[in-house]
Amino acid sequence: MDIIVCMKWTPDTSEADLAVDKKGMDIEKGDLDYDMNEWDRFAIEEAVRIKEKLGGKVTVVSVAPEEVEEVLRESLARGADEAFQLWDDACDGSDGYATAKVLAKFAQGRKFDLILTGTLADDDCAGQVGGMLAAMLGIPGATLVQKLDIADGTMTVLRELEAGLSEKLEIDLPAVVSVATGLNEPRFVSVRAVRKVASAEIPCVDLAALGLAGTDVGDAGARVRIEKVFLPPEGEGAEMIPGKPEEAAARLAAILKEKGGIS
Amino acid sequence: MAMIEPAQIPLAGIPAPLIAGVVLATSLGLFAYIMYKRIGLLRVGLPDPRVDRIGERIKMMLLYGFGQLRQPRYLGAGIMHILLFAGFVLLSLRSLTLIGRGFAADFHLPLMGGSAGFAYEVIKDYVVLVVLVVCVVAIVRRAVFKPERYSHPGVEGHEGEAYIILGMVSALMLTDMIYDGAGLIGRGEPLQPGLFPAASLGAALLSGIGASTAQALHVLGYWAHILVFFSLLNFLPISKHFHVITAIPNVFFAKLDRGAIKPVRHDVKEWMDLPEGQIGAGTFQGFTWKHLLDFVSCADCGRCSDNCPANAVGRALSPKMISIKARDYAYEHYPVFGSPVQVNDKKFAGDIVTEQEIWACTTCGACERECPIFIEYIDKIVDMRRYLLDQGEIPQSLQKPLQQIKKKGNAYGGAKNKRAAWTKDLDGIEVRELEPGDSCEYLFFVDSCGSFDPRIQQISRSFARIMHKAGADFGILGKDESDSGNEVRRIGEEGLFEQIAEKNIEVLQERTFKEIVAFDPHAFNAIRNDYPVTFPVLHASQLMARFLAAGKIKLGGDYLQGRTVTYHDPCYLGRHNSLYDEPRGVLNRIPGMRLKEMTRSRSRSFCCSGGGLLLWYENEEEKERMGVRRIRMAEEVGAQVVVTACPFCLINLEDAIKVTGNEGKIEVIDLVELVDRSLI
Repeated sequence: MDIIVCMKWTPDTSEADLAVDKKGMDIEKGDLDYDMNEWDRFAIEEAVRIKEKLGGKVTVVSVAPEEVEEVLRESLARGADEAFQLWDDACDGSDGYATAKVLAKFAQGRKFDLILTGTLADDDCAGQVGGMLAAMLGIPGATLVQKLDIADGTMTVLRELEAGLSEKLEIDLPAVVSVATGLNEPRFVSVRAVRKVASAEIPCVDLAALGLAGTDVGDAGARVRIEKVFLPPEGEGAEMIPGKPEEAAARLAAILKEKGGIS
Repeated sequence: MAMIEPAQIPLAGIPAPLIAGVVLATSLGLFAYIMYKRIGLLRVGLPDPRVDRIGERIKMMLLYGFGQLRQPRYLGAGIMHILLFAGFVLLSLRSLTLIGRGFAADFHLPLMGGSAGFAYEVIKDYVVLVVLVVCVVAIVRRAVFKPERYSHPGVEGHEGEAYIILGMVSALMLTDMIYDGAGLIGRGEPLQPGLFPAASLGAALLSGIGASTAQALHVLGYWAHILVFFSLLNFLPISKHFHVITAIPNVFFAKLDRGAIKPVRHDVKEWMDLPEGQIGAGTFQGFTWKHLLDFVSCADCGRCSDNCPANAVGRALSPKMISIKARDYAYEHYPVFGSPVQVNDKKFAGDIVTEQEIWACTTCGACERECPIFIEYIDKIVDMRRYLLDQGEIPQSLQKPLQQIKKKGNAYGGAKNKRAAWTKDLDGIEVRELEPGDSCEYLFFVDSCGSFDPRIQQISRSFARIMHKAGADFGILGKDESDSGNEVRRIGEEGLFEQIAEKNIEVLQERTFKEIVAFDPHAFNAIRNDYPVTFPVLHASQLMARFLAAGKIKLGGDYLQGRTVTYHDPCYLGRHNSLYDEPRGVLNRIPGMRLKEMTRSRSRSFCCSGGGLLLWYENEEEKERMGVRRIRMAEEVGAQVVVTACPFCLINLEDAIKVTGNEGKIEVIDLVELVDRSLI
């Protein structure tokens, strides 16, 4: 079972003071630390577990500049067999569509049985790449997968739906599966684990090697254009409830009843 | 009337000395073989240098091995044990004498003829009775009162062995009394209860028997004594009572440096290059020989578990069960007769000792502090964690904070350049961020919690105000400081610990200072005991005590307003670093101090559930938070103020105040804050 995992390199905004950049098209990213997209950690873990069970090879790819090397190396420490950086300066500004194009080209040049991605990315939450990739490759796709079983060449997945519902699908391989967080417990990567793969080579594949032109990617290849990025205006209507705990609780209950929150 | 001694009476036509010789040779041969196998068992462990600092070790052995100094921590049981132990030591001469009497009727040990021998006979006779009484009390105590700490939840216990041993020891005493008592009757000597109470009691109990019965009992008592003695000798190394033989060596080889964690391997410096599966203790053979000696030396007394906070709140951990399960494993896999067997492929760390047990430990050290024979638990737990972590298996709740420390030098995820942000709200007081080449008197190591946790930043500011008030020349590392690594190391991530420790050492060495000072005992401990480079380091309580003694700060005001105060000893200040008196000394300088100690104080302090990374650890099994348990103890002494000297104790106990509905009734405050509020 040869598996390709698409991993996104995203800024860690959890404890940062976010600010919009001067052009108003993006956030200030200069001071931010970058990390592996949380969702993709689960995809890598799942791929490695499948490999440990069924054999084969796990390849991790990321469309990101050279600083991505650290997290690609981390993916090797997590048990992936090889990792590639797919990049050209022209890729800067790619949307989901352009990124999917790069990934599709990479996949078309290789033998694979399964492609895994996270369903969403921590930063833009667009959730486009998995679906587009499946469409471009002409193979089936599924998103928000919370459980995945492969036996005798067929794959069964459970999808997470609203209201606690689950959907069970049987999917032909090859396919693109976008996973939900929580479908496994990603292993811990120690300093030693990273050191063991310190000398592994992480090649960079450029557009030419992929058979793409500069105009296929980046702003030129994108189908979505960002109009404006801004912090939401401070809303009105927040009400601080003063008073003793009992009084405050009574007032809160009254508001909830009034607005139909409780009956 | 003449009495024929056992040595003079052939049994079944075989001369007694020949029988004595065969019994002696067989028993000693068997004992030597069992001991050879048991020592062989230790040899499967990893190297562990324990023969350094001989003077200290001899002192330990005399004080805690022969002196039994830790026994009275449990007063009743402790006194009983001391009596038994003293009895064993004193009666060993008697046993040797009796063995000798199998060969020659008038045998006595060198120098034990004449009056010395007589004196010993008298003492011995009292000791026999004392030991017998202690055995009976011990049997009744186990059978009727069933102390909780002797239970073996979840596995087959060794309760039976305790009765066998107590029975054998009682039998030794009784057979001695029969031997001597029958001798008295047979010789027609008057009873002398004042001089020979055991022999006289034996004779009194046998009164009325004829001369020939006396003669028979004299011989029977003798041989029964000899047989029980050698049976006991050989039973010891195959039971939980191996401690009778190993306890004293175990104390001699005890870990001398408290507070520190052992290296991954004593024999491999480049441990990171070790093959897969060989980091830490994943298998039985992954422990050091001393740790294996610990396992077989455990007497199941349960004092460790009785004091373990994790055990108290219902977590999966019971320290003694680690030793017991390991010993069971050892005896099953390395039997006395036959070669080592591999019965199954169970993982030691994970199956024998479960992950729940391994992660439940807060490394508070209560177990180690209590063990009468200095069995170690923290190093073993850390070694098992090292193994699990190297396999990628650690609780999910700990992964993120560890990754944050790796990336940002703190578990809070705060940016490095904001590490000194807490110094801004100090109205007027300038806290110097030291650059390479700078110097100061006191280097204030703030650590991550003091830098990023909003509640703990208040302690950082209080401490800066105190040092400012004392006119001290101090500075901080600011953005160049990384987490001290105390918990990183105890969680088992040695690689990351080495990385951040090296970084801190480097930035510390780039600056000159007289002493490092930290208010967080975890940071204090890591720098003092874990860092490979020695720095002079103080805890805030020590520096404040110094300021007070020199009159550099003065305390007044009435912040305490006549409230009753109790002091909670932080594990890493007290148990791990023996700082009990300094914080109390500072407390007592505060006007109006009414200090009321909790039952669990000083070395018996009860962990609040741990600091550093453990703050993120979510335990699913516990029925109650340790902090809550601790606040209940404060309630018991009617405390209105709980003073501690550790930021994590503060966080855990403040949470517990809210949970127990004590908000507004009990205040938790750090010693540094209390001093800051009392400055005049």
